[in-house]
Amino acid sequence: MNPIAETILESAPDLMLDLDRSVQGDLQTEEMLVNMGPQHPSTHGVLRVVLRTDGEMVLEAIPHIGYLHRCAEKIGENLQPYQYIPYTDRMDYLAGMNNNQAYSVAVERLCGIQVPPRGQAIRVIFAELNRIASHLVSLGTYGLDMGAFTPFLYCFREREMILDLFEAACGARLTYSYLTIGGAHDDLPEGWIDRCREFLDYFEPKIEDYNNLLSFNHIFVKRTSNVGIISLNDAIAWGLTGTCLRASGLRWDLRKVLPYDGYEKYDFDVPIARPGGTAEIPNGVVVGDCWSRYFLRVLEMTQSVRIIRQALDQLPAGDFRAAKCTSLKLPANEVYVEVESARGQLGFLVVGDGSAIPYRVKARGPSFCNLSILTHVCKNVLLADVPAIIGSIDVVMGEVDR
Amino acid sequence: MAPEEICKLLKDRLGNAIEDAVLEGGHPYARVAADRWPEVALFLRDDPRLGFNVLRCISTLDLLSDDKLACVYDLYHVPTDRPAELRTQTRLFAVRVTTDRNNSVIPSVAHVWPAADWHEREAFDLMGITFPGHPDLRRILCADDWVGHPLRKDYEFPLEYHGIPATTEFELTNPRH
Repeated sequence: MNPIAETILESAPDLMLDLDRSVQGDLQTEEMLVNMGPQHPSTHGVLRVVLRTDGEMVLEAIPHIGYLHRCAEKIGENLQPYQYIPYTDRMDYLAGMNNNQAYSVAVERLCGIQVPPRGQAIRVIFAELNRIASHLVSLGTYGLDMGAFTPFLYCFREREMILDLFEAACGARLTYSYLTIGGAHDDLPEGWIDRCREFLDYFEPKIEDYNNLLSFNHIFVKRTSNVGIISLNDAIAWGLTGTCLRASGLRWDLRKVLPYDGYEKYDFDVPIARPGGTAEIPNGVVVGDCWSRYFLRVLEMTQSVRIIRQALDQLPAGDFRAAKCTSLKLPANEVYVEVESARGQLGFLVVGDGSAIPYRVKARGPSFCNLSILTHVCKNVLLADVPAIIGSIDVVMGEVDR
Repeated sequence: MAPEEICKLLKDRLGNAIEDAVLEGGHPYARVAADRWPEVALFLRDDPRLGFNVLRCISTLDLLSDDKLACVYDLYHVPTDRPAELRTQTRLFAVRVTTDRNNSVIPSVAHVWPAADWHEREAFDLMGITFPGHPDLRRILCADDWVGHPLRKDYEFPLEYHGIPATTEFELTNPRH
């Protein structure tokens, strides 16, 4: 016992008794409801989580979503496909290219449009660049959640260069609408390929910096390893996709399983989580924990660089877009297509009825499905672990709420 | 396994629970009777020949001309033995369950695939289908006091919400669906 407490107890011997009684009798520890969000920096947007807490323990976490709901699906039922492309950007606003691509692939399958090889390669390049940009935001903000400010600045420095490349190609830096029905909206500008190669040469060694700054940082590993473990069975049952699924140990990537836009032509690996204690993975890491989900995004950036290099090397000449892709007549048929977006499998169900406007557009946001497991994971965890878990799932609320 | 074989397997085992199958087109599916859907779902998930352990998506359709609502369940199989092995193929299947527009009830499958929980809440919220057996069926995207179900084709756009005037472009855009 410390000397001050000893002195107090000497002067008032009944105090110990009082303390005992107050804990058991007068001062009851009650459960408390805490509102986390909707305006909270670590909920990555307007997500509200109602936490039922007992002291520092979170007994239950119930997410409330819908703050960004715009009923994008209803808008899709009122616009021609090429007019709807700009709305898909606004769903997952950190990976606009991937969203453009997903809707385009769905409409092309419905209408039987063949994308020319150059268009496909351009799509792959931009989708992978956007995957890197999206993962950089994820890494940086996850560091912020865990109290590491510096890596965020480095991640955004590199993301800025990707945005410059996007701006050179399509003029926009966030909502691109560049990949469209039939291919890409425009061809690559002059000198773009060399600029992109320069960027890749610059970027690849930087991944090591992120690892040194954040991934293997002792405090960061302690905060995120063995926290928020999702078993493979749970991940499958809750329909998790993308890095959240692969972090639970399953080697599953839609680019390999159901290739689209010519992904079968590229040689790349699908990294999965591995338990800690080896030279590459720190001690304490468990398959399916927050650190695994974080680190897979780092590993995926290397693979994306590999894919982009191959696509740049083999970039075919010819058309970048199939002819006549506006004012399409959508046949009375339906398709459901999923692509591997930065956050997981982004799906579109498009139903045509013979007119130029779809009868029904349904978007399956990967963040929506990944977030639905939150209540299951946040049972009996520490309050400080909740931001770690939410951040590791990497949600974009624009896509959750659509 | 091709969709034809899956449908045959289902018909052999579950008989008239499978109403018919639409195998042409870009999205082959089987039509399942609403009251027997959980039984079919369990068979689809647990039969070793099928093993549809992932519910990818529940999409809703408003079939206004038939006076029906429908849910489309997209499924696929993920092999869980040897998870570290790279997979390059899967089997896909879809199920469509229709219900009356005025009394739209489809039994919940949230106990079969927990992923259905939020998808069914979304279908309830935006299309107004109720799912008996769902653990917590309430609106998910719209506000709790929202009136109507926006994805229905005859939905009327509100012109006011708690004193907030709605868009004045409504007349201009004149949504047709």
